[in-house]
Amino acid sequence: MSHPQAATEFLKDQAKAKWHDETLWFVRDKRDRISKTIPEWEDLRNLASQIKENVLSKLDVYLEEYEKKALQNGIQVHWAKDAEEHNQIVLSILQKQQCTAIVKSKSILTEECHLNPYLEKNGIEVVDTDLGERIVQFLNQPPSHIVLPAIHLKKGEISELFHEKLHTEKGNEDPAYLTHAARLHLREKFLNAKVAITGVNFAVAETGEFVVCTNEGNADMGVHLADVHIACMGIEKIIPRRKDLGVFLRLLARSATGQPVTNYNSHFRSPSAGKEIHVILVDNGRTAQLARDKFRNSLKCIRCGACMNTCPIYRRSGGFSYGSTVPGPIGSILSPGLDMKKYSTLPFASTLCGSCSDVCPVKINIHEQLYEWRQEITKTHGELGKGLSMKLANGIFKSPLAYKISGNLMRTALKTLPKSLIYHPINSWGKGRNLPETPQESFKEWYQKNRK
Amino acid sequence: MSSRASILNSIKAIALEEKTLPELPSFGISEEIVTAFKRSIEGNKGEIMSEMEFLDWLSESSWAKVYSAVLAYASASNLVLPKDPHDLEDLNLAILEGQFGVAENGAIWLDDRQLPHRAIPFITEHLVIVLKKSRLFPTLHQAYEEIGNEFSGFGLFIAGPSKTADIEQSLVIGAHGAKSLRVVLV
Repeated sequence: MSHPQAATEFLKDQAKAKWHDETLWFVRDKRDRISKTIPEWEDLRNLASQIKENVLSKLDVYLEEYEKKALQNGIQVHWAKDAEEHNQIVLSILQKQQCTAIVKSKSILTEECHLNPYLEKNGIEVVDTDLGERIVQFLNQPPSHIVLPAIHLKKGEISELFHEKLHTEKGNEDPAYLTHAARLHLREKFLNAKVAITGVNFAVAETGEFVVCTNEGNADMGVHLADVHIACMGIEKIIPRRKDLGVFLRLLARSATGQPVTNYNSHFRSPSAGKEIHVILVDNGRTAQLARDKFRNSLKCIRCGACMNTCPIYRRSGGFSYGSTVPGPIGSILSPGLDMKKYSTLPFASTLCGSCSDVCPVKINIHEQLYEWRQEITKTHGELGKGLSMKLANGIFKSPLAYKISGNLMRTALKTLPKSLIYHPINSWGKGRNLPETPQESFKEWYQKNRK
Repeated sequence: MSSRASILNSIKAIALEEKTLPELPSFGISEEIVTAFKRSIEGNKGEIMSEMEFLDWLSESSWAKVYSAVLAYASASNLVLPKDPHDLEDLNLAILEGQFGVAENGAIWLDDRQLPHRAIPFITEHLVIVLKKSRLFPTLHQAYEEIGNEFSGFGLFIAGPSKTADIEQSLVIGAHGAKSLRVVLV
């Protein structure tokens, strides 16, 4: 489904769409307020951007350094060229442990690799432990936002779902009550899992450690009770030095949710006695993106979600309308690199207002890359039906007489033509948009009357 | 070719010009450090206590299972530390020592030396961290300078109790981990 088609679905429930829009704007506003309390905010963004640019310019060196240090620390390191190999590595570790039930904390990478369905097909029970992720997992849905996975759902829906799955009281919509029910349900899963999977926020080349940030503490509950910890990361998550964490942790939570830092920021360097840590370094299209000059620095992304919260299109069309693992502006520049045909409408799901670039903590020029992708896509897939109208417009704008006549015609026509003719199915601009009121006269006529 | 070699080779084949890694300035804060730390912890839904307040609170509460890793409050412990952290599943209160705190965000650093089991601060129902007032730093920059090249298998910044806002953005304290965080400043 294209972005406009999927967005139409989302907009059918207008009250919910309005709530979605306002709630994400509220998060964006919190981000604004907290960023203003840090006088060096722009310096931090510049530093973060420069550090990431340095990383991307010598990623091979840092990856080798990271691997060496991690191995010295007793961490087992695996490399996966694509999603399939990543999933196979996870499964082989689980099989070696004879493990049939795992807990998993938030990892966008494992979503990208479709790890859950793969493991389930192979007889493994996967329990997502982030509350939002558990909610969408119950519904067999992917997350609709990378930081707020269940932001597309209202508490009434979650209450009904929990009544069915966790036998909570019917009609009790109290978030504290529902969260407590999930706590009891998931605690049992934590206590029984032999293997826990997490994502990785940052991996430090200098020390071989990696950092996982959560507010719920679910990543830690999983890994410290399990015998084996599998951490899955994209190869671009590397940062050079431990002290660089100071820059990134200061930016991450403030950009994501407007809080000064996540409540748990765990640094894993070596397994405790008798336990195992595995790190899987995944390419899955990242080296291809690295080779693209115009789109390379999309790999600087630290997955804070700020660009989604601020995006007028994301807020009003919902995460599912993008049909890609990472939705929103950043997803719209990452996804076409994976499959240009499938994601061809995403770079057009933008007003190019540039707000995404303004809030990005690592200063990715997201809106410029959206514009670049539009050109790539148009080159490859044609003009998307705009060719004829553009040619017509070209003729009209070239001749002053044609412009004058067509202007007069349009002003009269728009007033008198039936609505069905103006908002017809072929006119995609008429969908969800109203024309402004037509002026009585042209600017030229107005100017001639009023110039004295 | 192994995937490792193929990934590294495709990166090397791109041959990019190296960009400079910036040096990091040490940013500070304008607010008085203890005041800022208190405000941060409270903002994160934690609570700040003096030692007196803590001792009063402790004597008034009647937890079934308490474990203190802090020597000064060892008498509060009423259990022997089990070998397997799963046995701490019904732990009501853990008292741990923090190495230092960060004023700008309330983050407190602990590593393996303060954690007899890595699971303790998460599995316990309530958490108390004892922290020296003299061990507060303005921002995370100074915090990482302090950590330096210290080797610990596991290190952690805790800034508040376990929390979530995944249901309609309503803040709920006590998602999976500790339902409360009390910081005793001594």
